[in-house]
Amino acid sequence: MKNKQSVPDKQGHFDDYGGRYVPETLVEALEKLTEAYHRLTKDKKFQKDLEFYLSDYAGRPTALYLAKNLTNYYGKAKIYLKREDLCHTGAHKINNTLGQALMAVYLKKKRIVAETGAGQHGVASATAAKVFGLECVVYMGAEDVKRQALNVYKMKLLGAEVIPVYSGSKTLKDATNEAIRDWVTNVDDTHYLIGSCVGPHPYPMIVRDFQSVIGKEAKLQHKQKLKKSPNYLLACVGGGSNSIGLFYPFLKDKVRIIGVEAAGEGVHTSNHAAAILKGKPGVLHGMKSLLLQDEDGQVQLAHSISAGLDYPSVGPEHAYLKSLKRVDYVSVTDAQAVKAFHRLTQLEGIIPALETSHALAYLDKLMPKTKKSESVIVCLSGRGDKDIHMIQEWDSKNV
Amino acid sequence: MSNPLEKELKTKIENGKKIFCAFFTLGYKSLKDTEEWIRICDKLGVDIVELGIPFSDPMADGPTIQDSSQYALDHRIRIKDAFSMVKRLRASGVRVPIIFFSYYNIVLQIGLFDFVKQLKSSGFNGVLCPDLPPEEDDRLGVLLRRNQMSQIFLVAPTTTEERIRKITKKGSGFIYYVSRKGVTGKQNKLAPKIKKKISEIKKVSSLPVLVGFGVSSAEQVKKLLKDADGVIVGSALVEQIKQSGKNKLKVRKYLENFVQICHPKA
Repeated sequence: MKNKQSVPDKQGHFDDYGGRYVPETLVEALEKLTEAYHRLTKDKKFQKDLEFYLSDYAGRPTALYLAKNLTNYYGKAKIYLKREDLCHTGAHKINNTLGQALMAVYLKKKRIVAETGAGQHGVASATAAKVFGLECVVYMGAEDVKRQALNVYKMKLLGAEVIPVYSGSKTLKDATNEAIRDWVTNVDDTHYLIGSCVGPHPYPMIVRDFQSVIGKEAKLQHKQKLKKSPNYLLACVGGGSNSIGLFYPFLKDKVRIIGVEAAGEGVHTSNHAAAILKGKPGVLHGMKSLLLQDEDGQVQLAHSISAGLDYPSVGPEHAYLKSLKRVDYVSVTDAQAVKAFHRLTQLEGIIPALETSHALAYLDKLMPKTKKSESVIVCLSGRGDKDIHMIQEWDSKNV
Repeated sequence: MSNPLEKELKTKIENGKKIFCAFFTLGYKSLKDTEEWIRICDKLGVDIVELGIPFSDPMADGPTIQDSSQYALDHRIRIKDAFSMVKRLRASGVRVPIIFFSYYNIVLQIGLFDFVKQLKSSGFNGVLCPDLPPEEDDRLGVLLRRNQMSQIFLVAPTTTEERIRKITKKGSGFIYYVSRKGVTGKQNKLAPKIKKKISEIKKVSSLPVLVGFGVSSAEQVKKLLKDADGVIVGSALVEQIKQSGKNKLKVRKYLENFVQICHPKA
């Protein structure tokens, strides 16, 4: 068996997945980015700068909180929440945008482009761009612009230019195509700040590494509290950045790891976003991974109540971990996620993001199988303020 | 090792001709239309037809080709339509070389082996996947070569000399030189350094070099042909078709003009 820690290989392959399926114009830029990234990981000044921004600006380390009420509710293993919702801008996204924007500064780029679905990554990109004095352009599907007016305004306040995308399905995947098209055109002075562990090599690796701060901290914090390793890790998977961030530092440990996809209206319907469970190998956005597609290879639309999970593919490393059976991938429906949203809000006074609520919902299935002596870490990837109107709408329809 | 398409192109070039390649989106504005356009190209003496098979996420394409692809998909154009159409064209004696242009996922879902088999049996002459650089191609190239079909790769303004070597070694038929950074689509000005880049390609390879991306006017074509072996007109042609409605005469004249520029009477 291949050494798990040696992925991706030099070409960016996670065994059968990953790689670099891009127009020729981008190959050289990706090559340079890969070189620069390897150089910067060894650059003490860069690492020190990044540490400073992560701690004093973003608020790291985030707490590993023993959720006593939630633990008592199930009456089984201890439940710890890794509080990424306490990060500046309210989610784990900032770990990656600070890392990549700082890279852009070191690479002397003047401009960053980003794609965004619900607007969370857009806001986190605009924020990082502001603090480093970079120009920022965010592509957002025209449908999403309509649905997420608040985040659009937030980005504008932060000085970013938000460009609505009218092509294709007018959502995240089309915004990603458009961001790539911008980058192809302005490759000399622009860094493409991709928001998840997806896209062509080296992006899945870079985003994983920047997000791994979640797992590294959690591992240390858990050890300090309980003098042992956790028994279970739980995180939601859309593109897969918060989950790979939590999972990666634990892959060699004896821990059961579970990734939760969005089942939307159910994985047996056509309205879901379960790319790992229901997708087939395919190529989109410069990577080979699991992909929701029809028999002709046309990409199908994902569906989830949570905009952040609404992506028809997934990071290639998740597809790889699935193939190794190292991580169990499961799914949770819209309705189950909303129920878990309310539960955490009621029991702990923490309003979780709808994405995160998917991970929390799986506790219903997992907890009865656990023992009191065990412990579970759930990645609380973001806070739910942005989702209040969705919940309001859902609750008014489902009394 | 040259294949039939490559030989044909080289012979033309040796006889003082330039190569004109016309791009059509399959099913824009209908299958019948596309079929007729290819017949017209054959009659007019167009050297190559690049048949764009619509994909839901065409990341290398600008708005014009994106819209035409979306239009075709909305009208339920399927991949199998491409094969049956080319088969029909060949059966009725259409000889113009036809290149299958699409994104790699389309190819991958058919399966490389089946794809090449269907390509061959329907009468295609080669493949171009804009999102498949030579590094990611494990078997497609081998299968194509075995079946005497071409694999066309792109070279971009950002491609280094070292990569040009790699690409020209693996590619066959011709090299598609992308005239500028960016996506497909009409432009008024040609990017600088085209001449220099073409000579870099010519230094290491005997493959014909055709220039595409943003080529739309006769003036541009004349200028490009001083250095290039040929030109590819895509978005501008799709735009012409979009505006033409039912009247094919104007587009026909547009095509004819390029053919005349490329094939000057001796």
